[in-house]
Amino acid sequence: MTATIERGAATAPVRTPKSDPPAKKPGSKRTRGFLASSNGKKAVMAVTGAVMVTFLVLHMLGNLKIFLGRDSFNEYAHALRVLGAPLLPYRTVLTILEIILVVSVVLHMWAAISLARRARKARPVRYVAKKSQAGGYTTHIMRFGGVTILLYVVWHLLDLTFGVVNPKGFDSLPADRMMAGFEPSRWWVTLVYVVAVVMVGLHLRHGVWSAFQTLGWANRTRYKALKATAGLLSAALLVGFLAPPLAITFGVLK
Amino acid sequence: MNLTLKVWRQSGPTDSGRMVTYRVEDVSPDMSFLEMLDVLNERLTIEGDDPIAFDHDCREGICGMCGMVINGVAHGEQRATTTCQLHMRHFEDGAVITIEPWRAAPFPVVKDLVVDRSAFDRIIQAGGFVSVPAGSAPDAHSMPVRKEDADAAFDAATCIGCGACVAACPNGSASLFTAAKITHLSLLPQGQPERLSRAKAMVDQMDAEGFGGCTNTGECTAVCPKGIPLDTIAQMNSDYLKANAK
Amino acid sequence: MKYVEGAEIRDTKAPAGPIEERWEKRKFSAKLVNPANKRKLNVIVVGTGLAGGSAAATLGELGYNVKSFCYQDSPRRAHSIAAQGGINAAKNYRGDGDSIYRLFYDTVKGGDFRARESNVYRLAQVSVNIIDQAVAQGVPFAREYGGLLDTRSFGGAQVSRTFYARGQTGQQLLLGAYQALERQVAAGTVEMFTRHEMLDLIVADGRARGIIVRDMVTGEIERHVADAVVLATGGYGNVFFLSTNAKGCNTTAIWRAHERGAYFANPCYTQIHPTCIPVSGEYQSKLTLMSESLRNDGRVWVPLRKGDDRVPGDIPEDERDYYLERIYPAFGNLVPRDIASRAAKNVCDEGRGVGPGGLGVYLDFRDAINRLGRDAVEKKYGNLFEMYERITGENPYETPMRIYPAVHYTMGGLWVDYDLQSTIPGLFVIGEANFSDHGANRLGASALMQGLADGYFVLPTTIGDYLAAGPFGEVDEEAVAEAEIKVRSKIERLLSVNGTRTPDSFHRELGRLMWDYCGMERTEESLRKALERIPELRAEFWENVKVTGTAEELNQVLEKAGRVADFFDLAELMCLDALVRTESCGGHFRAESQDADGEALRDDENFAHVSAWEHSPEGVPVLHKEPLEYEYVKMTQRSYK
Repeated sequence: MTATIERGAATAPVRTPKSDPPAKKPGSKRTRGFLASSNGKKAVMAVTGAVMVTFLVLHMLGNLKIFLGRDSFNEYAHALRVLGAPLLPYRTVLTILEIILVVSVVLHMWAAISLARRARKARPVRYVAKKSQAGGYTTHIMRFGGVTILLYVVWHLLDLTFGVVNPKGFDSLPADRMMAGFEPSRWWVTLVYVVAVVMVGLHLRHGVWSAFQTLGWANRTRYKALKATAGLLSAALLVGFLAPPLAITFGVLK
Repeated sequence: MNLTLKVWRQSGPTDSGRMVTYRVEDVSPDMSFLEMLDVLNERLTIEGDDPIAFDHDCREGICGMCGMVINGVAHGEQRATTTCQLHMRHFEDGAVITIEPWRAAPFPVVKDLVVDRSAFDRIIQAGGFVSVPAGSAPDAHSMPVRKEDADAAFDAATCIGCGACVAACPNGSASLFTAAKITHLSLLPQGQPERLSRAKAMVDQMDAEGFGGCTNTGECTAVCPKGIPLDTIAQMNSDYLKANAK
Repeated sequence: MKYVEGAEIRDTKAPAGPIEERWEKRKFSAKLVNPANKRKLNVIVVGTGLAGGSAAATLGELGYNVKSFCYQDSPRRAHSIAAQGGINAAKNYRGDGDSIYRLFYDTVKGGDFRARESNVYRLAQVSVNIIDQAVAQGVPFAREYGGLLDTRSFGGAQVSRTFYARGQTGQQLLLGAYQALERQVAAGTVEMFTRHEMLDLIVADGRARGIIVRDMVTGEIERHVADAVVLATGGYGNVFFLSTNAKGCNTTAIWRAHERGAYFANPCYTQIHPTCIPVSGEYQSKLTLMSESLRNDGRVWVPLRKGDDRVPGDIPEDERDYYLERIYPAFGNLVPRDIASRAAKNVCDEGRGVGPGGLGVYLDFRDAINRLGRDAVEKKYGNLFEMYERITGENPYETPMRIYPAVHYTMGGLWVDYDLQSTIPGLFVIGEANFSDHGANRLGASALMQGLADGYFVLPTTIGDYLAAGPFGEVDEEAVAEAEIKVRSKIERLLSVNGTRTPDSFHRELGRLMWDYCGMERTEESLRKALERIPELRAEFWENVKVTGTAEELNQVLEKAGRVADFFDLAELMCLDALVRTESCGGHFRAESQDADGEALRDDENFAHVSAWEHSPEGVPVLHKEPLEYEYVKMTQRSYK
């Protein structure tokens, strides 16, 4: 055997640790809050995710009303606003639900960002070569997917909730906004929507299962069932959300 | 076979480190990966060069001391195999092989491919045990254990503490290691009294060491030489949540 | 090599009287340490395997101030972890006629009447507590559907007394001890020093008072003093270079203690394990053991005809020689290790060996697969088959495994009395590092038993008797400085040679020499040759070894060189011991001493003793004999026919 040695230059970016990490002896218990722990953050992520998934399911069911006619859809939209009436003032329940939703989104993002920062700190020097072995591409696009979905949600609210970018504007019936938003000439809106919904589907395929895992419900016997549930749920949402806009764009719904 | 190795060289914790290329010729396919490195190191020593430092001991896949990231995969692409049990017959003649240490802030590099994994010991210190002084144990048959539980506990207990899970995790998380011990002990009746306090203490220690959080990517279990299943992490999460709910 | 014979040595600590009462008696007569004093007593434990790990944990639990050392990066890596088969205990859960007395009897007989009866009886007594302790710690032993522990018959035992955890019993028991140890580290009773290697023993005023260690990361030489030192540093099988030991296993700690005055007992007793994966080439760095449990269902054979190079499947039944079944019809494939190993060597010497270099025999599961079905075989041995395939690239379900004997365990070690104390007061030696319980041959599944018996139950009691007189005060500074200087100068010397050969190349050559001349079969001629060759090789080592780097860094070449240097000295003593013991017994087979059938022939008249060697700085070792008496088990010639 002969070994010839070629000295190469540094090929990896290197950050030297700034200073020794503080003494981490177990027992020196600085009590950490639940939310400060990585598992606490994961639980926040799972619970807020579950809230949003519940919302998505209801939202999708509502959307499908468009197939029963514009009136049916408008009545549904109206019913949402007068939930609890006449006991409660107009839009009370809906506002509460919206607040819960917004809080969920914020907490979900907060958990995601702090876990991502934690992860970056845990690997200051990157690998020169790194190959994934788990094969689940959906797991690797979670953070990217989350950001994409967020951007879309902003557009979606401007389009169909506030009507700012909708041809019909805010002072119109919800069903009209929907029909106008996805009319064949605005095919690109539909395209953006499709991309976003696919992203949601992918995000949930890992996310829903991940929530089961994080909340400790997964085990050997339930493993397959939970994975299947996550897959079915995201597939159902995908189909349910894509059906109305595609039907409108392709002129099935008029 | 002839190979080109690109090996991470780092003289000490404060050195910045770099990849260095070596040619190794006449490698036998029956050699183990570490034997191939032995041959290279013998050569380097004779030439007065500093041989590549790497950890290893039992060389039969059980002590957990060896471990390097080979072509981007912890312990190499051969599944369920430690680096010492990886054989050269799985490589092509003329291959270029990159060799790097486990990379994680809680596993600082000591030298070349040697890293400090004492964080794992501290996680065990936090609670990875059953408190039982020698001499006080009841008869072994006084507490029967369902075979299914004993087998599942065993599956988790086979962890060798090599750290490949951390090395492979995109988040640098030690969840699989920590969960394996928590699951092993929480499936057995002997582990019940300290079950929740153990989970809390060990997870908190894992965080304190600076490991990342788990995002259930499954990279850990894919490279684990003992195939520790991912559902151990669910068990850990469940125990941890219960501990916090108390 | 010259030696002189010194005075007889006796174990003065074992009480007299009925054997079943001796341990109780000793426990009662041993002085107790005042609980308030324990905190002030410092104990050093070197090694963190089953013996060292369990001892450090137990001593910490008792309240002593313990320092624990290991050369690995974590105490969990010690080589006990690799033990596969199981651990014996006289629980008699099966009701198959087992008892403490039977385990005692089997062990004394299996050791070929070269172990002390008192020690072995205690081992059998304590064995039952070990299982209880391990189960309470959460060691996941194999269980049956009723929830109770499963056992199996192992290594030639005719009762089912071996508890196991798949093929990873050592791992699970070690993790139990490791976890107990880490619990004490967290509690502050044990201070852990990983990546530290013991390089000398500090002896002051006739007592062991500490050790000199090298921090393997920084290279710093450190002094650690204490009231007692416990060595649990394992065996010295790596003197053969190729063995089933871990690469790091070495003799340095016990050898340097020997140089400081601890007697070395029976160094020639080496166990060669019959079922290991054969060597595949020159580069081979270690040998891998396949659990002996494989012999429960596998059949060992070689071709009947010399030089038959057909693939095994093409060799018809009547041209196969199932030699163990043929020679030993009563025990067949389950004969004790030493016998199975030598039989394999004999058929290979006849030219009937298989595989590269003709150094292998078949271990065939064809019949077991036909009888039990592939699934049943896979359940029992699946992980072992996988391991075999990973290493050799051959599938044992389809083609028979090839196996060959390899050095596995060393029964010899530092001489200790019933209290496990060496000839240096305050120096205790436990586990494989001592010589005490296995005689000339260790039975399968007995090493784990002995390591844990010593660490959890025996040492923590007996060390109290010594420590009750302590603390022993300040350590003489001169003794400490002298030990430190000795260590430093040895390191400097190794670094200064700057020759042309690596430490590994010397180690490989020494190992080859030992295997050829002091291996499975030893003759006066071979041993004399070895005793001539070793000093020459050692001289070359000190003139021509190449150690790169410096002493003040992580330097694996330097570590290796220091260990090889000690292996030379040990190898010499091993060969001398083997030369002096002209009988055959257990793992020590002298070709001159065999019966008409080629079996080991003991010479009880002249050799029913322990050979305890005292080091002399002048290079002329002194042999002290400890006579062995058998009151309970009648000495008979072992026969497994």
